[in-house]
Amino acid sequence: MSIASIITIVLSAVLTENIVLSKTLGICPLLGTSKKTDSAVGMGLAVTFVITVSSVVCYGLFQLLSLWNIVYLQTIVFILVIASLVQLLDIVLKRFSPTLYNSLGIYLALITTNCTVLGTANLVIDKGYNLLETFVFGFFTGIGFTMVLILMSGIREKLNRAHIPAPFAGFPIALIIAGILAMAFAGFSGFAF
Amino acid sequence: MDTKKLKETALGGILNNPVFVLVLGMCPTIGMSTNVTNALGLGLATAFVLLFSNIFVSLLRKVIPDKVRLPSYIIIIATFVTLVKMFLEKFLPALYASIGQFIPLIVVNCIILGRAEAFAGKNSVGYAAVDGISMGLGFTASLVILGAIRMALIAAGMSIFQTAAGGFITLGLLMALFNYILNIYRNHRKAGLLKGGANV
Repeated sequence: MSIASIITIVLSAVLTENIVLSKTLGICPLLGTSKKTDSAVGMGLAVTFVITVSSVVCYGLFQLLSLWNIVYLQTIVFILVIASLVQLLDIVLKRFSPTLYNSLGIYLALITTNCTVLGTANLVIDKGYNLLETFVFGFFTGIGFTMVLILMSGIREKLNRAHIPAPFAGFPIALIIAGILAMAFAGFSGFAF
Repeated sequence: MDTKKLKETALGGILNNPVFVLVLGMCPTIGMSTNVTNALGLGLATAFVLLFSNIFVSLLRKVIPDKVRLPSYIIIIATFVTLVKMFLEKFLPALYASIGQFIPLIVVNCIILGRAEAFAGKNSVGYAAVDGISMGLGFTASLVILGAIRMALIAAGMSIFQTAAGGFITLGLLMALFNYILNIYRNHRKAGLLKGGANV
């Protein structure tokens, strides 16, 4: 376990193998919640928290599953962990931090069906990371997601003032912007790590 | 069965196309449409899960308490996804190698939970099954169209369409085209209604 491998994980999770623009996960929240910067930040941070905790918990449970030879239950167990974690977060935030709860509000429930969360939990298993690497990978995947959401929302706020041909209004132009962003991010993989 | 409702349900896959109209299930659409084989494989896997989860949600809709319905739906869906995953791993290992990453993610595909919540949980088994088939085939068809276009562009030497960026742009352009055609159709109907009245 060296510092260099941690740095590699951080850079690949945020830039070269960005969960949204290179792995094409989490596109629904990207299109849905990137209209305003405020909601993009809220959604991004909530997702980062859930990804970090769920990938660590799922990592632990997967060790148990492989100990008992019931790895085929992986999908069902992981989605249950994520759903209950989101529910728990909902209850805890409502009780201890009503301000944060109100600002996240609607986005909390949406996180269960956000494929970045389940996708990251599965990726960690496929890549065979250890506990520390899992934690770092989960956290920085969330940061990468938040970054793309903020970038998109900044561009879309400017788009409100631009003239867009009628058939492109709404989702099509957002998809094309995401495509151009993805091209820019593909440039990062030119760096050899 | 009421034929009008049946017809509406059966046409849902086109008029309420999951990809182009409802804008659901974008991640597998962009990630797995680099060629027709992958698109068809993932589309049919999703359609299978959608059909059976619709049937079971509809059968169990009076048994499941309202408060725990979402977790129950997710477990039903996850069961069928696990079945599909096992089947592909055993019988179609080559296909599984290329689309395997997206198979577990069918669980969190918004189309399936969306149809369970919006349709199957409120209608009888027959309608739910028709809705599952129609929506599933509508999703498969959009994936295959996207896959065919990207495959042709890649074959023409534009390797950018192999990457995620190409997927985003192709889907964006196709969606704009779909909106354009739909708009012409609507204007045409409106003009027809103003001019001809009842016989349109």
